[in-house]
Amino acid sequence: MRNSKVVTLEEAIVKSGLKDGMTISFHHHFRGGDKVVNLVVAKLAEMGFKDLHLAASSLSDVHAPLIDHIKAGVITKISTSGLRGELANEISHGLMKEPVVFRSHGGRGSAIASGELHIDVAFLGASSCDELGNASGCPRSENAKSICGSLGYALPDARYADHVVVLTDDLVAYPNVPKSISSCDVESVVVVDSVGDSSKISSGAIRDSKNPRDILLAKQAAKVIINSGYFKEGFSIQTGTGGASLAAVKYIRESMIEQGIHASFALGGITAHMVKLHEEGLIGRLIDVQSFDKVAAESIAHDQFHQEVSAVEYASADHVGSAVHALDIVILSALEVDVNFNVNVLVGSDGIIRGAIGGHPDTAEDSALSIIVCPLLRGRIPCVVPKVTTLITPGKGVDVVVTEYGIAVNPERPEIAERLKAAGLKVVDIHNLAAKARSIIGEPDALPFGDKVVGIVMDRHGKVLDEIHNIVD
Amino acid sequence: MMFVPGNNPGMMADAHIYGPDSIMLDLEDSVTMAEKDAARLLVYNALKSIDFGGTEMVVRINPLNTPYGKKDVEAVVKAGVDVIRMPKTETADEVRELEAEIVKVETELGCLGRTRIMAAIESALGIVNAYEIATASKRMMGIALGAEDYSANLKTQRTPGGAELLLARETIVVAARAAGIACFDTVYSNLDDMDTFRKEVELIKTLGFDGKSIINPRQIEVVNEVFAPSQKDIDKALRIIAAIKEAQAKGSGVIAVNGKMVDRPVVIRAERTVALAIASGILDKEEAL
Repeated sequence: MRNSKVVTLEEAIVKSGLKDGMTISFHHHFRGGDKVVNLVVAKLAEMGFKDLHLAASSLSDVHAPLIDHIKAGVITKISTSGLRGELANEISHGLMKEPVVFRSHGGRGSAIASGELHIDVAFLGASSCDELGNASGCPRSENAKSICGSLGYALPDARYADHVVVLTDDLVAYPNVPKSISSCDVESVVVVDSVGDSSKISSGAIRDSKNPRDILLAKQAAKVIINSGYFKEGFSIQTGTGGASLAAVKYIRESMIEQGIHASFALGGITAHMVKLHEEGLIGRLIDVQSFDKVAAESIAHDQFHQEVSAVEYASADHVGSAVHALDIVILSALEVDVNFNVNVLVGSDGIIRGAIGGHPDTAEDSALSIIVCPLLRGRIPCVVPKVTTLITPGKGVDVVVTEYGIAVNPERPEIAERLKAAGLKVVDIHNLAAKARSIIGEPDALPFGDKVVGIVMDRHGKVLDEIHNIVD
Repeated sequence: MMFVPGNNPGMMADAHIYGPDSIMLDLEDSVTMAEKDAARLLVYNALKSIDFGGTEMVVRINPLNTPYGKKDVEAVVKAGVDVIRMPKTETADEVRELEAEIVKVETELGCLGRTRIMAAIESALGIVNAYEIATASKRMMGIALGAEDYSANLKTQRTPGGAELLLARETIVVAARAAGIACFDTVYSNLDDMDTFRKEVELIKTLGFDGKSIINPRQIEVVNEVFAPSQKDIDKALRIIAAIKEAQAKGSGVIAVNGKMVDRPVVIRAERTVALAIASGILDKEEAL
């Protein structure tokens, strides 16, 4: 076709004007199945680029090949929401000269929009794209190779990056509509064998957790919601993907049916559970920044009331229209919660980075009711502690902590504590939970942190919140 | 009564958070020969150091005629267990033998009479002797059916309807009631078939059992739901108990509720309804008083 933007990856890189020291960006909608980051960075290494800043919406286990590119000086700086696996382990031990900058999803969106995080070239994987760059997370061919649904985290990159390259494994005839990314924002289109393995986003089927502890936590979380005062016609809700969060949806659903209550919308990462409630008429709209499984990805392709939202519209603190401002209830998980209700979701109790900030601080701060579901103990690791290893979500935004040993309510929210007590729930002082954990586990040794700063945690308003030090073996 | 393997510290530490009425730490079938000593040590320390939140603690020991049985008794009595569950009980003499072992350890500790006994009946001979077993000691608090060994002993196998267990179940309930102690039904091990499990719980409730042995916290809810009396029954029971209290205060011998005379069996049933409502967590203890 005339004006086709289809080129090879190398041609796209040359055309982008990328130079050493510049910033490249990626999205993580394929999660553990992503193939774009490794493919592009390998090509950049081959072409001799050095000193690049890699700004991804998140990174995971699958990105371990970056270790060699960091050692070779191809990548010298990383910005992300999370790190996992071998890459996270190496970085925690001091692999990089510069600290990794961690931002929440809303924080990243704001930083890109304001120019604080300037992207020179964005490399964005898409499950379908036409020759002019109209791109979508939904496939359009019969033998489509991938599907990721929402491209919410890629939208700020597409809009604000100086140069945008779409990579796709499904090149379709113009016009590829409905589209997520507009051809107006795209400079080049590159066809590749595969942008991602959709099966690794999550399994396609709804599975109920059989872990009795998850079920117990889920039931308690559901009871908190139902008795919180916020469970009423037209409420809105967001949940995580942990076993307890998913199971909580099941129990909330039962109460919604029983009491004839409907939710106006569900927000954030959308799962098959939420799609089911939406299709049953219990949830009016799905606002989807990230499709967490194949069912959600397929739903967004076909259902006009299941809508994609960009990271900025989802969770930006300074964007008046962002959806989190309208959110009533959020259920979140935690690696650690401390006695001041501060939460850590990024650094493990061994001092090694093993998680992602995600939308945690964004939703906790802006929702009317934020509930952290977290076991008191994971094996021999206490999860309610005197002080979190790394501060990710400040306690002022956290209202309720649900554990298997009782429910703690932030003293700033006495009215919620009263409502839960009136409903017969076991409300306890969070200091007692921390003491209980200590009484079972004992006093852990202090972590062997070194002097090198390996990570900087930015809050969602663009200020430094905490720093992560290297761990010494 | 929730069964928890005595060689799994994580499960033991967590067991009480799910709210079973009692927890049975197992030293017998769920522990291999090679781990018997280690499990005994673990169970001893678990009883001594874990806060089970006031849940009744039971330990299933190995039979006394094995090299482990007597050591198990010594360890768990020293650790302060509430109830010892004796497996494969066939005669009253076996109960008395266990009692003698318990007495030995309790005398040494100076806490004579603290430990109670539950006997699991798991054979045809045990069923034939059920009443003698139930009345063999003042320490007897209950008898229970062990259906796997029992059905093997009968030369049959377990079926979803449980026809093969009917006589044993009825015998155990009758023996327990005649002896004035509690009775507990056997475990149901298919965790993926909650419907059959529920039917089985409904059946044993109808037969008169006090409770069900369970192997996973997920089964607790079903047992509680089946055993829980309806709100209507609870309200009625509370009215009857209130009427009794009022009549006693007035010194009146005859009680009537809603115009009907209330006799002794009705009062007993009302008290049991309230006890079940409290155990199922749908009635607050203070509310009932």
